Order: sequence, then structure tokens, then C-alpha cells
Amino acid sequence: MEELSLHILDIVQNSIAADAANIKVEIIEDIEADSLKISVEDNGKGMSEETVKKVCDPFTTGRTTRRVGMGIPLLKLAAELTGGGISIESKLGEGTKITAWFGYSHIDRQPLGDIASTMQQLICMNEQVDFMYIHRVGEKVFELDTREIKKMLQGVSLTEAAVMDWVLGYLTENEEQLYQNS
Amino acid sequence: MKSLAELQEIRNRTLNNITLRKEGADEIRVVVGMATCGIAAGARPVMSAFVEEIAKRNLSNVTVAQTGCIGVCRLEPIVEIMMPGEEKVTYVKMTPEKAKRVVAEHIVNKQIVSEYTIGAAN
Repeated sequence: MEELSLHILDIVQNSIAADAANIKVEIIEDIEADSLKISVEDNGKGMSEETVKKVCDPFTTGRTTRRVGMGIPLLKLAAELTGGGISIESKLGEGTKITAWFGYSHIDRQPLGDIASTMQQLICMNEQVDFMYIHRVGEKVFELDTREIKKMLQGVSLTEAAVMDWVLGYLTENEEQLYQNS
Repeated sequence: MKSLAELQEIRNRTLNNITLRKEGADEIRVVVGMATCGIAAGARPVMSAFVEEIAKRNLSNVTVAQTGCIGVCRLEPIVEIMMPGEEKVTYVKMTPEKAKRVVAEHIVNKQIVSEYTIGAAN
């Protein structure tokens, strides 16, 4: 993985596989505190205490095609390389929250990358899920609640080309705004 | 700036297209592998390229979807194309450029791009 947004794309797939109906993705860039924090919170089926202990081991996986899973170990490595780390809170039947924090100015910190494409694909390709996306950069904040989009669309699919195009444009514009004069 | 209100208009326009669309019979599916292996190998820009190219050509009978690990991670990004009445075609080591060619030759002109298929990679 070369971008933090690719880790997000990957980690959210775990929430989707856990049958989450609501997923909250939050990115907090606090340059003054030299910190970048990413969290993914879902109301999926959750994990037992034992599983939580094991998920950082690459030989733990939910997939059936192979016996290794690299998603969380790769995120953990990327965070630890910058003096950060990850934490996982989970409860069976209630959901999971994964938080990763990074040293903002650390030379090994990966760039956030193309978060607009990442969120577009997550939102449009997983219509059954309601996403809450929050991105803070210093004092500025961009929030997107896909329930508002779905309300406007009244049953028209998020996978329609015109809708996907709008979603990408909306995300791109608002992401750019976050970095202007800051 | 784009606003949520624009969705109203997009919705109305799209609804007209949907009613024009024929029911199901000629539906083509493009499925992109989006597990850790696919994402790390570059599946996201491949998916974007398919979506863009299909939108640009206004191919309303094509849907793009994602799936998990297809099982041959060393050949990621992997894309499967399902056409009604035809066997599934599996493309491997995809790039955005290859995706454009697959849309033009396979989806539009019905000519499989053999050199990108899993058969050619083995």
C-alpha cells in the first residue's frame, strides 16, 4: 500500500464483510499536534476478545480463499513506522472501531492519497451501507452523510454513471477546499 | 461548487434513461477484485477507469461491481467480465490503460482481448 487512503479502502472492506449497515470513516489532520488519525467504526457483527488479540497476526483472516490476511498488519506497520500505532475496540454483535494514528511530519508517513476516489468507490459500490465520512484539517471540516444523498436520489441507484460522477466531483471539490489557505 | 440539490436533476435525468433501458436481458457485469491483494496491486484506478470509460460511452447496460479475493493474488488486479450467454472472461494484471482497451474491444465490439486474459498469463 502506498497511500493511507488505500489502507482505508481495505480496512472498510472488513466492515462490509462483517455485514455493517453503518460505517463511519473519520480522518483528523492536526498539524499543530503533528498528528494524523484515521478511524473506521462500524456496527457489524464484531469480534470476540480472542479474535481482537489475533487480528494483527497475518495468519488470522476472515477469508476462505487463503489462510493469510494482511489488511490490519499492513495498517499497523504503516502506523508504527511513523511512531504511531493502532487500536481495536470490538464487541460481538455490536461492532468494531479501528483507530490508527501517525506522526504527521514523519518522513515515513504515507500520503493520504486519492481519498476522493476511495470514498466514491466505497459509497457507490456498497449501496446497502450508510456511510458517514468526516475529514478534519486543522479548523476545517468536511462531512458527508450518504443518507442525505440517498434521500435526494429516492431509489435511483448510486451505481448509475451520472451519480458516481457527481459523488466523485462532490468529494474532490470538498477535499480541495480543506487544503486551501491552510 | 457541487451541491446536494443537483442530485434532484440527476435523478430525473437518470429515471428517463432507466425507463428506456431494456429489461435485464443484455446486462453485462464487470467485477473487480478489491481485497487487500487487489487494492495493493492497483485495483482502485482500474475500477475508476472502467467506471469512467463506461460512463463516457454511455453504456447503460453495463454494471461495475467489486468482489473480494479471487484467489490468484500474484495476478492482481483481476477483472472478470460476464456477458449473457457467454463464458466468464478473466483479465489479469490490469491497468487503467488496459481497462480502456477492454471496454472498447470486449464490451463494445465483443472481441476478447486474449493477451490480457488469465489464459495468456499462465
